[in-house]
Amino acid sequence: MKYNYFPGCSLEKNAAAYDVSTKAIADPFGLELVEIEDWNCCGATEYISLNLLASYALVARNLAQASKNKDLTQTIAPCSACYLNLRKTDKYMYESSDLNQKVNTALAAGGLSYKPGTQKVRHLLDVVVNDIGFEKIAEKVTKPLTGLRIAPYYGCMIVRPELSISKDSLSFDDPEHPTTLDELLKVLGAEVVDYPLKANCCGGHMTQINDVTAFELLHRLIKGAADYQADLIVTLCPMCQFNLDAFQGPMNRHFGTKFSMPVLYFTQMIGLALGMDAKKLGIGDELIDARPVLAKIGVQVPIPESAKKRPDKEALPMPSPLKNSENISKIKEEIGQ
Amino acid sequence: MNEETKPFEPTIIGFTCNWCSYRAADMAGTARMKYSPNVRLIRLMCSGRFDPTFAFQAFANGADGVLVSGCHPGDCHYINQNYKMLRRFHLMKRVLKQMGIEPGRIKLLWASAAEGAIFADEINKFVEQVRELGPLNWKENIIAIEQPMLEEVAV
Amino acid sequence: MKTEKIPQQRIGVYVCHCGSNIAGMVDVDDVSQWAGKELAQDGVVISRDYKFMCSSLGQELIEKDIKEHELTRVVVGACSPHLHEATFRTACARADLNPYLCELVSIREQVSWVHTDKQAATEKSKAIIAGGVRRVVHHEPLEPLHVPIHPASLVVGGGIAGIQAALEIANAGYPVYLVEREPTIGGHMAQFDKTFPTLDCSACILTPRMVEAGNHPNITLLTYSEVEKVDGYVGNFVVSIRKRARSVKEDLCTGCGVCWEKCPKKVIDDVFEAGLGYRKAVYTPFPQAVPKYPVIDRENCTYYQKGTCKACEKFCPTGAIDFAQEDQMITVEVGNIILATGWQLFDPRRIHNYGYGRLANVFSSLEFERLSNAAGPTSGNVVLRDGKTVPKSVAIVHCVGSRDKKYNSYCSSICCMQSLKFAHLVEEKTGATVYNCYIDIRTPGKGYDEFYQRLLEEGTHFIRGKVAEITDAGRTTDEEGKIIVQVEDTLIGKQRRLPVDMVILSAGLEPQPDAKEVAKKFGISCSADGWYIERHPKLDPVATMTEGIYLAGCVQGPKDIPASVAQGAAAAARVIGKIQQKEIALEPVRATINEDQCSGCRICNDLCPFNAILFHEDRMVSEVNPALCQGCGTCVAACPAGAISGTGFSNEQILSQVEGLLMVNLSKEAAISQG
Repeated sequence: MKYNYFPGCSLEKNAAAYDVSTKAIADPFGLELVEIEDWNCCGATEYISLNLLASYALVARNLAQASKNKDLTQTIAPCSACYLNLRKTDKYMYESSDLNQKVNTALAAGGLSYKPGTQKVRHLLDVVVNDIGFEKIAEKVTKPLTGLRIAPYYGCMIVRPELSISKDSLSFDDPEHPTTLDELLKVLGAEVVDYPLKANCCGGHMTQINDVTAFELLHRLIKGAADYQADLIVTLCPMCQFNLDAFQGPMNRHFGTKFSMPVLYFTQMIGLALGMDAKKLGIGDELIDARPVLAKIGVQVPIPESAKKRPDKEALPMPSPLKNSENISKIKEEIGQ
Repeated sequence: MNEETKPFEPTIIGFTCNWCSYRAADMAGTARMKYSPNVRLIRLMCSGRFDPTFAFQAFANGADGVLVSGCHPGDCHYINQNYKMLRRFHLMKRVLKQMGIEPGRIKLLWASAAEGAIFADEINKFVEQVRELGPLNWKENIIAIEQPMLEEVAV
Repeated sequence: MKTEKIPQQRIGVYVCHCGSNIAGMVDVDDVSQWAGKELAQDGVVISRDYKFMCSSLGQELIEKDIKEHELTRVVVGACSPHLHEATFRTACARADLNPYLCELVSIREQVSWVHTDKQAATEKSKAIIAGGVRRVVHHEPLEPLHVPIHPASLVVGGGIAGIQAALEIANAGYPVYLVEREPTIGGHMAQFDKTFPTLDCSACILTPRMVEAGNHPNITLLTYSEVEKVDGYVGNFVVSIRKRARSVKEDLCTGCGVCWEKCPKKVIDDVFEAGLGYRKAVYTPFPQAVPKYPVIDRENCTYYQKGTCKACEKFCPTGAIDFAQEDQMITVEVGNIILATGWQLFDPRRIHNYGYGRLANVFSSLEFERLSNAAGPTSGNVVLRDGKTVPKSVAIVHCVGSRDKKYNSYCSSICCMQSLKFAHLVEEKTGATVYNCYIDIRTPGKGYDEFYQRLLEEGTHFIRGKVAEITDAGRTTDEEGKIIVQVEDTLIGKQRRLPVDMVILSAGLEPQPDAKEVAKKFGISCSADGWYIERHPKLDPVATMTEGIYLAGCVQGPKDIPASVAQGAAAAARVIGKIQQKEIALEPVRATINEDQCSGCRICNDLCPFNAILFHEDRMVSEVNPALCQGCGTCVAACPAGAISGTGFSNEQILSQVEGLLMVNLSKEAAISQG
């Protein structure tokens, strides 16, 4: 399976661990990632709020570069913001012939052009879950993450609704209650916490603009995970990882709390479950050290008393949980898929 | 009145079923929804009653388009007769095409009794579709059928 | 283009003004003059226009003309045939003209109300009248078909609406079969604690009716049974019912209850206790069940699953347990059927943000009814899911799954009153602080708004806002250990987070999960939502488009108990009326096969959904049974030999109508002259 690969600026530096771990797990699953030639920054969230046309053109340049290789029609973006920008630009160019014309005029100045709809942009999680599939992943798991309580954190950008060009491909998971990462972590053998804040915003660039607001949001997320006795948070967006990790200390100081919740990437977890060396997956680079928590892997950890669900004889029975897949298929039914 | 500048007004005959589609037309009426006056409706009890000779008669007498409308699949008042009409409709479309009548001149519309707005909308769309195809002029353009169609339907 | 020599008819044409409804857009004078002149060769001898044809004066006009001008056919251009076809047909009948020789064509709903170009509207009206005239020439005098009405009736569904309908018919002296899927009648009303607005105990007002229905000599109760097949037509339905095996011999069982006392297998009662309580594998749903005979739930019974136990059989003093009992197929003949199959609760698990199924102390409305009910799993104590803690604060959420494009767009009608009732019960039983989060307060019935005023005085907090999220992720110490309801209070314009101990979701009403299949069984239609379609939304909420099948209760749409009872009684009245007439006149729109032309190909046999076409092996011809035929006409269109004709919609009639419609063409180039 061959794809265009758009790492994005963060994967070059701050989120190098994400890049390293992605490439590490690509091999065993036969994912061939062809980095887009001479790609440029996608503008993240800043540029698009300053100058729409210029930012679309900036993003479209990447799509144009990606389309140079006629065999590769799909582009993988591991970073949620890059993913969103690439998808949005493609969609708006498709829908507005006016925008399409203007952007292509700009691209022409550099000898490039892009026909909207040519590149199918996908998030790395989407490719792992749908193209590789849970079965193949389960087969390769040699060191299941048994005993590790993980809070899956999606961030707010990955499953924005209505990113599709046609009705056939809406966002690949439910916008309010996504479950693909939960399922993936379960397949890796971890105990997945039913984290209610999994799609809540981490504040994005608020950490640089207004740290007090950002701290409040980060506090809610980390406290929420800690309240559910999660050992660590696993995420899929470099911005989220950066905020939750690097700003955990300042947040602690601001609130006078002592949280120590490591934040890792899902690709690193896949690598660990496949038995790969932690250092090769970029673990150890994070500011809140994940190693003490990871010491639990392979060791049967007794589940903390408070988290145990002891059937209380006097308690009334709970209704049975609706299967996640039922929910997705019901949603799909409702939207006429 | 300059005839060349006046837009061509197609005449379309529509066959509706008594229970759903005719009531949809009625509903469009009671709700005062406006649509093009080019369609003249005939009420059948069921779309299953629709006989392709009706369409042939319509075209032969000067209609430019034919609309057939019935209950949504699964909702037929007579259980599943609209499926039978569907089979005939497709066959008829093929035959008419072979005779030189563009498939755009015939339309199948499922409409439930509550869908007055959709009915009106679809009529407008169909009128425009037929308008673009121009007048059929069966007698001039298609080989004239000498004997009345009625003789083919022996009763 | 006529081939046969049709005797010249004498046709009267009447163009109605309908006040200014038609005359405002159509030049009615022009139309009637045109018809008199241009259609004279088709047989029109008199053509008039009049203000209101449906008025008695208008009808008298027709009657007078029939007599004076010896009219043999009548065409009226007015409103939709669905409104006044019967009116004009009756007028003709009064003047001794067969009513089926009259045709009403619509120039109001089809023309004046939907077009804006006066000239186009007038031309179209002329075309429509011409179509009608050409058609009516081929009409034949017809007589309606008379079929006898069987005096027995079938009521499907033993909830309050079905019970009411059954009792009314039975009290009028006619036999009724009451079929119910569950082991007992009573429906959802048996689960409720109190009913609004009087706060009567639900079971107390229901059980006397249940007992009456159970004991009534004219009612045959078929519980734990389902209708499998319906054949026949109004007045003569043949219904096959599967009476499922209770594994209990009804003639021996005394209802003593030893069997379920001794049964060792306990299961969660998903139906009656809404999943909050338990029952045994052999059980009656509740103590006042009618009939009193228990049922063995074979899927959970140890004997059926593993082959051991049989405790119930051992202890039964009368030997009424019969493990070998099998389902019984019962066939009944009835004249009329009333469908009262009720509703199911919207599943709140579908709304993930509300936490039902994840957060222990979020309850559904039915769960709360059982909690509050003195005969329920907590003996009427309102407590949290741990079974003991009394809540100090409770939030009640309105419109869960209703008035929502993502789930059901309709309003479920009863939930506002139900939520107010809950607020009252919670306050009364626990003294807790109660918050009702609503979109609108809908209290239209008698005493309903007064009930709302009472709640306001009781100190309930009303927050106007649709609840966004119900979560246990607390942000501050006040929120620790609580369930937080996040809602925008639109009246003060602020976001609020309400930390409460318990949340009750007033989930909406939905049609039964198999509503569509059941509708097909009976030959009636469902709307897109799944509620059954009544004959007329305003003027006929109990009949359906299918003669002989009626609706009662929530099956037709969400409604409260008084409305369900009223509808049940109304459906019963309709049925009683039909039974007393002893026979019913069916529209003579039927197909007939000309034996001489039939070649015996049998293509028509399989096309008929009512199995109305028989094949005579000896003569190798098919024949239509006029009583079963519903007149859809599919066989008419399909016959390759043209041997089948459809009365009322024959080929000549329709083809002539097509010709007539095209007499007046908008397109100047294609004007067709006569012939």
